[in-house]
Amino acid sequence: MGFVRFLKGCARLVTQGGKAYWAWIAALSVAIGIGTAGYARQFSVGLIATNMRDQITWAFYIGNFTFLVGVAAAAVLLVIPAYVYHWKPIKEVVVLGELLAISAITMCLLFVLVDMGRPDRFLHIVPGLGSPNWPRSLLSWDALVLNVYLAVNLVVAVHVLYSLFMRREYSRKIFVPLVLFSIPLAVGIHTVTAFLYNGMAARPYWNASILAPRFIASAFCSGPAVLLILFQVLRKATGLDIKDEAIWKVAELMAYAMFFNLFLLGAELFKEYYSHTEHLLYTRYYWQGIGGHRALVPFAWASLACSLVAFLLFLIPRTRTNWVTLNLGCILIWAGVYIEKGMGLVVPGMTPDTLGEIYEYTPTSTEWMVATGVFGVGFLVFTVLVKIAVPIMSGAFHVEARPAEGAAAQTLTR
Amino acid sequence: MTPPNGRLTVLNGEEEAGTGHSRRAFLQMALGGAAVAALGACGAEDLLRRHLHELSPEDVQALLARLEKKYSARYGKKVTVAATPALPGVEFAYGLDLSRCIGCRRCVYACVRENNPSRRNPQIQWIRVLEMDKEHGVDLQHANPYYEADLVPRPGHFYMPVQCQQCRNPPCVKVCPVKATWKEPDGIVVIDSEWCIGCRCCMAACPYGARKFNWAEPDLPAAEMNPVTHYLGNRPRPRGVVEKCTFCIQRSRVGRYPACVEICPVGARKFGNLLDPQSEIRRVMETKRVFVFKEDLATEPHFYYFYAT
Repeated sequence: MGFVRFLKGCARLVTQGGKAYWAWIAALSVAIGIGTAGYARQFSVGLIATNMRDQITWAFYIGNFTFLVGVAAAAVLLVIPAYVYHWKPIKEVVVLGELLAISAITMCLLFVLVDMGRPDRFLHIVPGLGSPNWPRSLLSWDALVLNVYLAVNLVVAVHVLYSLFMRREYSRKIFVPLVLFSIPLAVGIHTVTAFLYNGMAARPYWNASILAPRFIASAFCSGPAVLLILFQVLRKATGLDIKDEAIWKVAELMAYAMFFNLFLLGAELFKEYYSHTEHLLYTRYYWQGIGGHRALVPFAWASLACSLVAFLLFLIPRTRTNWVTLNLGCILIWAGVYIEKGMGLVVPGMTPDTLGEIYEYTPTSTEWMVATGVFGVGFLVFTVLVKIAVPIMSGAFHVEARPAEGAAAQTLTR
Repeated sequence: MTPPNGRLTVLNGEEEAGTGHSRRAFLQMALGGAAVAALGACGAEDLLRRHLHELSPEDVQALLARLEKKYSARYGKKVTVAATPALPGVEFAYGLDLSRCIGCRRCVYACVRENNPSRRNPQIQWIRVLEMDKEHGVDLQHANPYYEADLVPRPGHFYMPVQCQQCRNPPCVKVCPVKATWKEPDGIVVIDSEWCIGCRCCMAACPYGARKFNWAEPDLPAAEMNPVTHYLGNRPRPRGVVEKCTFCIQRSRVGRYPACVEICPVGARKFGNLLDPQSEIRRVMETKRVFVFKEDLATEPHFYYFYAT
């Protein structure tokens, strides 16, 4: 009975909101519409609607997937500082991190699905129904850990929110072990995704043992960057109790993570350029271009510039505690890591191809449309989840609250 | 020779030995009924089908019959889909004499005629002939697959055809998330295009660019369709799956040369059973000095290059 009321209440929360909320929902609907149109086209003609070819078999979709795995992982890793520094709103931080993880994983799974040549055969990877190639195939592991991670985050978030809604204490027996379990799992999803590339001896650009550590380091930058901005928005909109010091602390931790990320990048560049073997070719394609093939070069340097500036902004206490420079840093980190862990990872790994051919890849309009749609779905999922979660956490939406009260509590715009 | 429609081999090399047979039997029992019931109805059978290695011989025969019917109707001629298994005591190997190859690409087109790939958009060819500079030797940075010449060989160049190397240690098989590709007992690496999900991991893993993807609905004109096919080889592929060279499994398993060997005008291509001391390939191995492509990756190909002169 309680659960039905909960669901009804949720539906009411989601369907009520101010102008800004509906404008945001409309924008997301447009994005999803664009994505649907793009995918309809791809579905009717096949993956030839993309610019992927036999020379570059993974590109924009898988690049986005890789970046978002990092976001999903890091959102939960934020739980660690929350515990270490005994933040007061720990529950809120954990739940918001988990909601972000759920949305990011949704996008990850969608990006994999749109990249598949035969999405109708996805059951072949399901244990019992299909024939997952365990333990040898890293992709079958990735499918497993991503889905487990999604399930764990869903269980924790729903349990906490439902308990708060029912005005009873959430069960620490469920909450604590699952949250603790989700931490190694977060590291796990990112490591397994890194290993997916790392294990391919045919692609020297990926076949470097520094890859997994670099994934984790960059994820520790991009994930919290989203949450820092989100914390500020929610604090303003709902009065959620998140202290300035907590935000600055996360920013400081991000500076260290970015330093480590840049250090690992330097180590990689040194090894490639100093040893100067035939494997240098891929790194050269990314940073300098090969002959007239320079599609990624401006992005490579832009990414480095973003990361360096963000590192300095987060390192210097004065810019770290200034809201303008802090948020600028967050955006720069996003841009930097998005390039580095997206196209900057996938495309140079396959350019030149294994027989030395250079095929310069740039996404088609269909790929942009589909990606827009996937991000639209992810943001919509996140918006809906936050819209429900915040009034619950602030105490405005609970089992005894009457509909009118619930509606009155809707100050949140998005 | 075994009749072409013999039972499909389900043995899968040593790495498959551990997969629980009881689980397979159980699943077959649980789902077999549903699968058989659905086998007649079109569409649903694809969704409920089991992995090839979990099908009974009768199910395999039913599957082959269904495909034969489908292809015969589509191409307007009698199409056969064989499932000739690997012969005991056979391990195929291939030799390519780089000093003889003149880069005429007759092998490329013989392969296309034999193996039913998409003709254009996408144009799929399983053999890629690389034109190399003599001054650089085998150096992929100076390889040109798109050379156009009125007369070959062109001065200053030599030619290196590349196709699936049928590795003993195939990186593509390892990465496949759904076991849609595997190594047969006679050394041929095969793909079940009815099972492939089109994730293209194997293409990322292959060091030889041997695997090709059906980016669109394959374009195979009925007049050019070769009706003598093998389930694991040259039968028509659907859109969205990976394909590659199988040493012409439909020919080699019934004692014929692969199409590329047969067509080569200069005898640069040698093929045979590595376990037969009298075979052509054994003679190459014993009298010439052979090497494998990208030996540092330890893929241990069944495909050997050599310079005979």
